[in-house]
Amino acid sequence: MAAMADDSVASVREMVREFARRELAPHVREWDEASFFPAEVFRQLGELGMLGVLVPEEYGGAGLDYRHYVTIVAELAAVEPGVALSVAAHNSLCTNHILLFGSDEQKRQWLPRLARGEVLGAWGLTEPGAGSDAGGTRTTARREVDGWVINGAKNFITHATVGGVAVLTARTAPGSDHRGISAFLVPLDTRGVVRGKKEDKVGMRVSDTSSLILEDVRLPADALVGAEGEGFVQAMEVLDGGRISIAALGLGIARGALQAALSYARQRHQFGRPIASFQGIQFKLADMSVLVSAAELLTFRAAEAKDAGEKTTRLSSEAKLFASEAAVRVAEEAVQIHGGYGYTKDYPVEKLWRDAKLCTIGEGTSEIQRLVIARQLLGE
Amino acid sequence: MKYCVLVAYVPDTASIIKIGGAGNRIDEGGIKWIISPYDEFALEEAIRLKEARGGEVTVITYGPDRGSTGLRECLARGADRAVHVMGGEATFGDAFAIARVLAAAVQKAGPFDLILCGIKGVGSDQSLVGAMVAELLDVPHVSGVVKLEVGEGSLTAQRDVEGGTEVFTAPLPCLVAAHKGLNEPRYPSLKGIMAAKKIPIETWKPADLGLDEAALGGAEATSRWLKLELPAAKAGGTILNGEEDPAGAARELARLLRHEAKAI
Repeated sequence: MAAMADDSVASVREMVREFARRELAPHVREWDEASFFPAEVFRQLGELGMLGVLVPEEYGGAGLDYRHYVTIVAELAAVEPGVALSVAAHNSLCTNHILLFGSDEQKRQWLPRLARGEVLGAWGLTEPGAGSDAGGTRTTARREVDGWVINGAKNFITHATVGGVAVLTARTAPGSDHRGISAFLVPLDTRGVVRGKKEDKVGMRVSDTSSLILEDVRLPADALVGAEGEGFVQAMEVLDGGRISIAALGLGIARGALQAALSYARQRHQFGRPIASFQGIQFKLADMSVLVSAAELLTFRAAEAKDAGEKTTRLSSEAKLFASEAAVRVAEEAVQIHGGYGYTKDYPVEKLWRDAKLCTIGEGTSEIQRLVIARQLLGE
Repeated sequence: MKYCVLVAYVPDTASIIKIGGAGNRIDEGGIKWIISPYDEFALEEAIRLKEARGGEVTVITYGPDRGSTGLRECLARGADRAVHVMGGEATFGDAFAIARVLAAAVQKAGPFDLILCGIKGVGSDQSLVGAMVAELLDVPHVSGVVKLEVGEGSLTAQRDVEGGTEVFTAPLPCLVAAHKGLNEPRYPSLKGIMAAKKIPIETWKPADLGLDEAALGGAEATSRWLKLELPAAKAGGTILNGEEDPAGAARELARLLRHEAKAI
């Protein structure tokens, strides 16, 4: 059984690698420069099952596990990290939140459409005044006779512009206690939802990031996800899975950067020989390879624990922290190996370097990961 | 409708080819194996026909163990049944021997209404096997097909020829060899990959088809690979530096083009 499962991971890797090589690689520079969201690619990803990787077949998904999921994200990220980020956000934030905590009716209504890619999912925790301090949520949800009225703002929301539905957190009790926060399912065409300014980001430019403004957004009573007051706890559990996908994103970027550096170091001649023959370059390549392997092991360790049903808060944060920092380091070294050419857009490494930085920030900064890990260790 | 697709599992077209030990085979070390791109067109066409009109798609390959990986991929894309005729070492490169094995396998696995294959493998690029299989099965064949319509009991197939298009009709059963342009092959979906794992691959030996593989590759062989040679390495180009004396460089360029390259 284990051998069979491993075999299927290899088949999935092969398919996604081929898809990325043929459908993404030729367009990377053009999409990055135009900050273009490739909707057609997401239609294909949906058809192939990559927008419902973890969703059980009964809800129209592929019904695979985290080992397959991280394989997919990493393979996409090695070529176009922005597409991988969108796939990760769609699968593990919005879709997974509904899968983990939605009612059966919410699941039936949204999961098949999300899994097919008919609608893209957004997830809103971050606010202008609530980032690392997610408990500082100021968006409010007021209970009325026939439902809820939401007011507030969310920012840095992936798929805020192109998405069809979002899971958002809002305060259902005043104060700053995280137990006053609840989660809501919000179709983004609901009256009062205003899609704000599209962020002009340093990297991950194909991935759509905007703010959402919520002005008297009226939702039915059944828009509440799970129980009232559990939104924050739900979000933290969603992030336990999400952070594994960001680890996979970092892993893929690091691997892509190492490949690019290896290929360049073999071709580039200085002093009459390839620069790969110089020990100074070899040491860099070796250190980069160690980082890639270690990131891979930690990412798959967290994925396997998740598949085994274990609580992965610490492992997810460890994998996310390490793989993200590794991605930044490896991409930077890849630029360094490319020298002046690495600092131009004619080579892919400057983009990987820009894209990598998102990993140390999104879904909890590296500093927040360290706090999470320490709290888990100390049993707080 | 029952469709049969013959697939070859061949070196990736991006492979760096090295010549192996005895000088008559390629060095297979480090080679990535793929379904022949032309066979992918054949498979895609069969799956589209099945999706449009119902039926069943059987894929058949003849070759060593690794061929099963190629068959799995065919199943993941939507084939229903896979047959692996194990072997191929003794008959390596002999198109007629390969065709005899495949024709026997088609007969045993069939009957089929339509047999599809790629116009060529991209292994030895002889474009012989499809036509030979059709002859051995005594069915008509159309090769190099870029458009196909299958009706009741017959098909219409188009092939590109220099400056025009040829249109054929043929009765079924028939063999069609696909060319680039017939369709755009799909990627296997995640669901397809997982479903393919559950389908058993039928494994046959040439002996199960009443064939003696040693004789096919020995006394009955029609061709053998004697020697392979890589193309001569390209010589480095000549760079004329025209910055200091552009007129002199132009004269030298004209001289080289006339006397060395004999281009003018």
